[in-house]
Amino acid sequence: MTTSKGVLARLKLTRDQVELLGLYVLCVVLALAISALLIEFNGSSWTRAVEAIFDGAFQSKGRWGETLRRMAPLLIVAVGSIVATRAGIVNIGQEGQLLVGTTGAAFVLTKIQPGNPAMLIVGLIVGAIVGAVWAGIAGWLYYWRKIPIVLSTLLLVYLSSQIASYTLTRRQLLLNVVPGEPNRLLLSDVTAPKSRLGIIEIFGNKFPLSVPIALIIAVVAAWVLTRTVWGFRLKMLGMNPRTARRAGVSETRYGMAAILVSGAAAGLAGSMMLAGGESQYKFSSGFASNAGWDGLLVALVARNNPIAAIPVALVFAGLRSASTFLSVAGIEGVLVDVVRALLVVALFIPPAISELRRKRRALANLTERT
Amino acid sequence: MLAFMGDILSNGPLYESTFRLAAVLAFAAVGEWVAERAGTINISVEAMLLGGHFGAAIAYTESTNFALAIAVGAIVGMLVASLQGYLSHYLSADQFGIGLTLNILLLGVAAFLQPKFDLSTKLANVVEIPLLSDIPKIGPALFAQRWPMYLIYVLIPMIWWLVMRTSWGLEIRAVGEDPQAADVSGINVNARRRQAILIAGLTSGIGGAVYLFGQVGRFESSNIGGKGIIALAAVIFGGWTLRGAVAGCLLFGYVDALRLNLPNILGYSLNSQLLASLPFLATIIVMLIFAKHTRQPRALAQPFIRGLK
Repeated sequence: MTTSKGVLARLKLTRDQVELLGLYVLCVVLALAISALLIEFNGSSWTRAVEAIFDGAFQSKGRWGETLRRMAPLLIVAVGSIVATRAGIVNIGQEGQLLVGTTGAAFVLTKIQPGNPAMLIVGLIVGAIVGAVWAGIAGWLYYWRKIPIVLSTLLLVYLSSQIASYTLTRRQLLLNVVPGEPNRLLLSDVTAPKSRLGIIEIFGNKFPLSVPIALIIAVVAAWVLTRTVWGFRLKMLGMNPRTARRAGVSETRYGMAAILVSGAAAGLAGSMMLAGGESQYKFSSGFASNAGWDGLLVALVARNNPIAAIPVALVFAGLRSASTFLSVAGIEGVLVDVVRALLVVALFIPPAISELRRKRRALANLTERT
Repeated sequence: MLAFMGDILSNGPLYESTFRLAAVLAFAAVGEWVAERAGTINISVEAMLLGGHFGAAIAYTESTNFALAIAVGAIVGMLVASLQGYLSHYLSADQFGIGLTLNILLLGVAAFLQPKFDLSTKLANVVEIPLLSDIPKIGPALFAQRWPMYLIYVLIPMIWWLVMRTSWGLEIRAVGEDPQAADVSGINVNARRRQAILIAGLTSGIGGAVYLFGQVGRFESSNIGGKGIIALAAVIFGGWTLRGAVAGCLLFGYVDALRLNLPNILGYSLNSQLLASLPFLATIIVMLIFAKHTRQPRALAQPFIRGLK
């Protein structure tokens, strides 16, 4: 007993932290066990699945570059939604904001002055602005008509996919008609070669510039949220709107700013996906492919901490880049979704249990004293 | 224009599909209304509907018994609901995160399991209620439907009675308005919230099953596609009253029916993207116009942990 306490003291871990760590391990193992059962039930072997995941996520040649490439948009989306959540705003429409933002960026990157490298910057800015406006609709509906943001952002997701497919049916907007081919796949033209994000290559792993940009965004967001007046006001608004109002924080102004930032982040994430080579630089209506939802889940799993979001985003991205390897190993893509959802649930549970226990202990102490 | 309006008002099939689509929304909305009166918001009604839809499809394939299949649908809906309830009102994990994850999970599970079963389902029989179904225009729409649809007539008054006239219902509403006070007076706040969510699971599960046997006849995992979210909108549109929620369902059901019938009425097809986005667009616009002076349950979407405000 004394030795274990000694070890704890040396590691500077509190009882809560040890408990939390144990719970995380337990829950993740449970989720993986259920997933393994599902895979076996499906007639494939789970060891092969594990191999495929490791191969696909980082082991095979060039794969960790791929994982990093996929991490960037998840991280940016997550950082945006963390900003919104800090202000007490539940924006869950990132998938739509990402798609609509990318639609805007795709128009700039494919149609306007293809030879001009500055169009890359313009495209990314347009993507961010369109994403922000799309999220801003939800904010406006809330502050003007008190329509809950949860609901309006979700409704806007359904609208956004229709908008994206509409632009892909009009040749003057985004549709690219390849002569001589049946025009079944609604795809945009490839983005102009001069306005693409630079590619970094390390040991045969290629990833676009969006990766360092995403990391910088996460660090800057962490700094802004914890070390600036603006971040403090957001936090105050989120934790106690009444106090915030009395301290002179305009609910509309700061709340709206938080929504706009989260929408802009989603739009920027999508635009960088496009400029960074996602689906061969072509835009389609399925372009977002759940990156918005995953980014949101990253934020939730990371407990709204931008720095913690980095490793979480990396894990999610690893699963995403492993999914092609899994299908080669004979495991359906749908199963990957199931596994991911199980994993997310498993990652939600430990902090909730730990918090519950901590508060119960605090309450017990309180009643003992009185 | 006048002729067009006349066409819309006198179109029989439009009324019928309005009712059918509104009924599906109403199943989910009625349950979600209970859950929201208890102070919770469940995006997972979408998953509950899908669970009911899929569970009923499997059960019917195995048993060819409609009643049993609907019961299984209800149970699957409640299973999803108990996950939502326990994770977010026992363990106090973020309810929106859990709801979203459940929606993704159920879509994945349904798509994964669907090829494992050789699903064969069909529509239930049409039962005409004598006399009532002879009322012109609305008669056939309301009283000559496939029989599972009639469950909604039983369900709405039952739920109303349960929430507005029983002590359990009073506690549910207390928990939604002031959980601290409810807690002090000896009500187990989170237990009541979980029970309210279970009701939502029950009705949504039935709703998913009824949608299968009363409207579509064949399972597709994309069938539900946003219906739960529109039901959620209907509850908010109705200002957290049951009457309002049902009215919202009728309105949104009408828009959905219009989407299906408009090409026939107009005689030419509209832009397909516009048609597909019509229910969601109309929901937003309608909420914009009408949903202003409504008072929501005071503790809506606020998790409760005893001893801590």
